[in-house]
Amino acid sequence: MKVDLTVNGKDVTADVEDRMLLVHFLRDVANLTATNVGCDTTSCGACTVLLDGESVKSCTVLAAQASGHEVTTLEGLASDGEMHPVQRAFHQEHGLQCGFCTPGMVMAIVSMLKENPHPTEEQVRQGLEGNLCRCTGYHNIVRAALAAADEEKVTA
Amino acid sequence: MIPVAFTYKRAGSVSEALELAAEHGDDAKFLAGGHSLLPLMKLRLAAPEVIIDLTGLRDLSYVTDQGSHIAIGALTRHHDVEHSDVLRREVPLLAHAASQVGDPQIRHRGTIGGSIAHADPASDLPATLLTLDATLVAQGSDGSREIPVGEFFQSLFETALEPDEMLTEIRVPKPAAAGAWSFQKFTQRAIDWAIVGCAVQDGRIGLVNMGGTPLRATAAEAALSDGAAPADAAAHAAEGTSAADDIRATRAYREHLARVLVSRALTEARSRV
Repeated sequence: MKVDLTVNGKDVTADVEDRMLLVHFLRDVANLTATNVGCDTTSCGACTVLLDGESVKSCTVLAAQASGHEVTTLEGLASDGEMHPVQRAFHQEHGLQCGFCTPGMVMAIVSMLKENPHPTEEQVRQGLEGNLCRCTGYHNIVRAALAAADEEKVTA
Repeated sequence: MIPVAFTYKRAGSVSEALELAAEHGDDAKFLAGGHSLLPLMKLRLAAPEVIIDLTGLRDLSYVTDQGSHIAIGALTRHHDVEHSDVLRREVPLLAHAASQVGDPQIRHRGTIGGSIAHADPASDLPATLLTLDATLVAQGSDGSREIPVGEFFQSLFETALEPDEMLTEIRVPKPAAAGAWSFQKFTQRAIDWAIVGCAVQDGRIGLVNMGGTPLRATAAEAALSDGAAPADAAAHAAEGTSAADDIRATRAYREHLARVLVSRALTEARSRV
């Protein structure tokens, strides 16, 4: 079937199988490989992207369901060569070890801060319940989320 | 993991969805948020030939105060149930239970109607709606009918819905003592299904994952209405249940959890009066 998505602001049209998952569309059709396939069972959050501005697990959405909608991946966050505040915070706070969960973590935090711009540490931890870091580097990831919230507050 | 090949159809209206369902019969499944059905399809435990996507039916996403009850559109997402001011005020148990489903990403997609129609006894919302004595509205080609939630869940993943019917609305009567609620859930990790869970409101007790369907703890409810203290009533919580023995817990352990969680829930609900 023909699907037509807006991915990171660009129109991506393709003829794909009805059963194609959004994560495979992003990686194999749109050639955007920041979004990782981790558990492939809606558990780990490595494949988190924004669908119409809200975090979703792209292993559990059909490309067909996303047709006509806007998808943002990690590649779409930076603008004019400037990193997004959440990306900058991950860099500053060393919010990663192996880096596999990082794209999903960043996208989940972008969505979280949109809904709750000034979360407490407890709210950040709750808000990341759907994202697993198997290096168990959670402390710095939480610090990065809080730092990004502070930065957004300053620049707001 | 890739599902078995199927044909994707997107419904633009309830009547179009019902026409597609009538046309394809048992070969078709409705897809709401997809967060129960798609994982089953990826594991190839389900292999419908036709998927009827309902996500475009935005007019079935609403929460409205109807005086004696709250009406919730079947395609209202868990995220919107969780954050509904009307539900937080009138039925805080349901808003809270929705906040305990999965994780934020799942709550951005999953819907209350999808969860109910899927009828997984380990889900949070079926037992919660049983506790709230909700009424479900099903639409078929011949019009709509009301189904009391107590008659809706028939067995594991089986409901009173006919193949050509669609769940369109959930009606939740306003509780007598809306503030005196509790929801308890015992999981291995935050995002997991409940090993056992329970909901309490107005002397009714609903159990998650204690049988093939969500259940009411009727023996504990009877003890409670006879004036038993929370811990004494909760001692009856596992009576009449048929919990599974599986990799996560033995039946005996689930029965123990039911008694402990119901005791906590009754105590918490009472403390909130």
